[in-house]
Amino acid sequence: MRTLFKTSYDFDIRLVKHAGHALWYGLLVLFALAVPLLFDVFLIGEATSLLIWSIGGMGLMILVGQAGQESLGHAAFLAVGCYANTILQDRMGLPFLLALPLAGLISGFAGVLLALPTARLHGIYLAIATLAVSMLVEDVIILAEPVTGGVGGLVAPTISIFGVEFDRYAAPGRFYYLVLAVTILVVFAYLNLLRSPLGRAFAAVRDSEISARAMGVDIARAKATAFGLSTAITGLCGALMGHFAGVFNHESFTLITSIQMLMMVVIGGLGTIHGAFFGAAVVVLLPQAIVFARDFIGSFTGAGSVAVPGLEAAIFGVILVLFILFEPLGIYGRWIKTRTFFDLFPFYRKSMFRRQKSYLKTERMR
Amino acid sequence: MLTLQLLVSGLANGCVYGLIALGFVLIYKATEAVNFAQGDFMMLGAFVALAFANDDWAGLSFWIAAPLAMIVMGVFGYLVDMAILRRMFGQSQIAVVILTIALGFVLRFAAGFVFGHEPVSLKSPMAGQEVRFGGLVLGLDEVSIIVVTVALTMLLWLVFARTRLGVAMQAASQNQLAAYYMGIPVKRIHSLTWALSGVVAAIAGILFASKGSIDPSTGLLGIKAFAASVIGGLGSLPGALIGGLIVGLIEPFASYYLAAGYSQIAPYLLLFLVLVFRPHGILAQIHAKKV
Repeated sequence: MRTLFKTSYDFDIRLVKHAGHALWYGLLVLFALAVPLLFDVFLIGEATSLLIWSIGGMGLMILVGQAGQESLGHAAFLAVGCYANTILQDRMGLPFLLALPLAGLISGFAGVLLALPTARLHGIYLAIATLAVSMLVEDVIILAEPVTGGVGGLVAPTISIFGVEFDRYAAPGRFYYLVLAVTILVVFAYLNLLRSPLGRAFAAVRDSEISARAMGVDIARAKATAFGLSTAITGLCGALMGHFAGVFNHESFTLITSIQMLMMVVIGGLGTIHGAFFGAAVVVLLPQAIVFARDFIGSFTGAGSVAVPGLEAAIFGVILVLFILFEPLGIYGRWIKTRTFFDLFPFYRKSMFRRQKSYLKTERMR
Repeated sequence: MLTLQLLVSGLANGCVYGLIALGFVLIYKATEAVNFAQGDFMMLGAFVALAFANDDWAGLSFWIAAPLAMIVMGVFGYLVDMAILRRMFGQSQIAVVILTIALGFVLRFAAGFVFGHEPVSLKSPMAGQEVRFGGLVLGLDEVSIIVVTVALTMLLWLVFARTRLGVAMQAASQNQLAAYYMGIPVKRIHSLTWALSGVVAAIAGILFASKGSIDPSTGLLGIKAFAASVIGGLGSLPGALIGGLIVGLIEPFASYYLAAGYSQIAPYLLLFLVLVFRPHGILAQIHAKKV
C-alpha cells in the first residue's frame, strides 16, 4: 500500500500524484503511440473510433459527471461540430487546423445559447429540454438543405495539414495520430479544469446547488460554462466523427446517439476521465463482440450467422440495467473497488463505497 | 368541414398521447420516477392483446382478450417494479430515467423477436364502423378512443383524490420516509402504481392498435407522449390529457398549413418553448423550488 505524505497544498492539485502514476500513464501513452506499428488496418480503425468516442464521452462527462447536469441531447452538438467543420473547410476554404477549433467554438457557443434559457431547469426537466433540442436539430438539418445537404448529407473533405494528407483510408495510421493528439489535448484540458476553481465550482453545483450558492458560486454561470465547455469538446468529437465516417447526414445524429452517449458515460463511471474511455471501449467493442459471438455460436449449431435486428441495442440495454442496479459507479468504480480491496487486504469493507441514500420528497404543492 | 375533420383526427391522436401520458403522470405522481419506457409498455400491451385476440394466435373474442391483456400488463408492471425499480430506492431520479430508457430498448427487442417487425393490426369490433352525428361521419374507433380517454382520466383522478390507495400514493410521493413512518407500505404502493400504469398502457395499446397498426418501434411514440405530459404539467392528470390533446391537435393542423418537415418540429418546438417560459407546464404543480 502506498502512503502519500502531503507536505504542501500543491500536492492536492498536482497532475502527477506519485511515481506510479507517471510510470503507468507513461506506458499507456507509449502503447497508444505504438498502436499503428503493432496492429493491422482494421484494429487501427477500431482504436481511432474508440478515441473519437472517448473525446465525446469526456465532453458529456464534464456536464454530467462534473457539473451534474444531465443531457439527452448531445447528438445535436455532435451534429453542430460535424457540419460546422465540414462547411468551414468546403465552403469557406479554411484549413483543417483552423476549422477544427472553430467547429468546437461554434458548438460551444450553441451550447451556451441553449444553457441561457434552460438555466432554471434541473434534473428531469433539463433532460427533457435537451431531448427536445436533439429532436429539433435532427429535423432542422433536413430543412436547412442548402447548407447541410438535407437527407443526402455531406461528404467530409480530406484533411490536409501543411500539405500532408490525413485520410482515414489512405493513411489510417496518420489519421490515428491526429485523433490521438486531439485526445491527449482534451485530456489535459479536462485535468486542468478539474484542479481549477471552475472545476471545483462544478463539483459544488453537482453535489448541492443550495450549498454551492451559499459558498458564493454563481450557479447560472457555472451551469452555462459547463454547457459551453462540454458542447465545445463534443463538437470536436463530432468534427472528427465526420472525418472518420466520411459521409454523414441527419441520421448520424439521432436521439439514439444522444442516449448512447449518456449510457456510455454511465457504464464507464460517472465523474472520471477513465470512465469516458471505458464507456467508449464498450460502445466500440460491443458490436464486434456480438458479431464474434454470433459466428462462434453459428459454428456449433451449423446454422449460418443470422442477423437479429435490434440485438445490439438490447444487449447494450441489458448491460446498462445490470450496471445501474449492481455497479452504479461503472467500470471504473469496479476497478477502484478491486484495487482498494488489494491495497487494504484484509481490511476492505463493502460499506466503504456505500452511497448515501436520499429519500425523495416531492416538489409539487398540489 | 375540413377543419372539423382535422379537429377530430387530432383529438383522437391526442387522446392516444394523453393515454400514454397518463401512465407517465401516474408513476411520476406516486413515485417521483419517470418511466421513459411507457411507450414501450403501450406497444407491449397492444401486442399482448393481439396475441389473445387475433386468429393466428389465440383467437379469443375481443371482449375477453382486452381484459386479459390489461391483467397481464398489470402483473407485468408490478413485476418490473418489484424486480428492478425497487432496487433503485434512494437513488437519483436521473438513474431511473436512464434505467427505463434501457428497459425500453430491451422490451422493443423482445417484442420484435416474438412478434416480428411487420406492422400488424388488432382484430377489434371497432375497426371500420362509423358513427354519424348529424352530417358528421366519424370512425367508431376514434369516438371510442375519445370516450375511453376522458372516462379514464376522470376515474384516475377520482382514485387519486378519493380512495385510500390514492391518498396513500400521494403521501408516498410527498415524502417517502415520512409516509413509511406513518405505516404506509411505500414499496407495495409503488408496485401497485406500476401495475396501474401497466393497465393504462394496455388500454392505450389496445385502442391504438385497433385504430391503426403497430410494430415494435411504435413505442417511440412515447417520446411525443412524454412531451405532451410535460406541456400539460408533469404530475397533473388533467394536464396529461390537455397536453396530449394540444400535441395531437398541433400535428394535423401544422402538416396541413405548414410546409413539409415543419410539422414534425412543431410538438418539440412547443415543448421547448413551454419549458423555457413556463417550465412546469400549463397546469403547473410546482410553485417555487423549496430549499
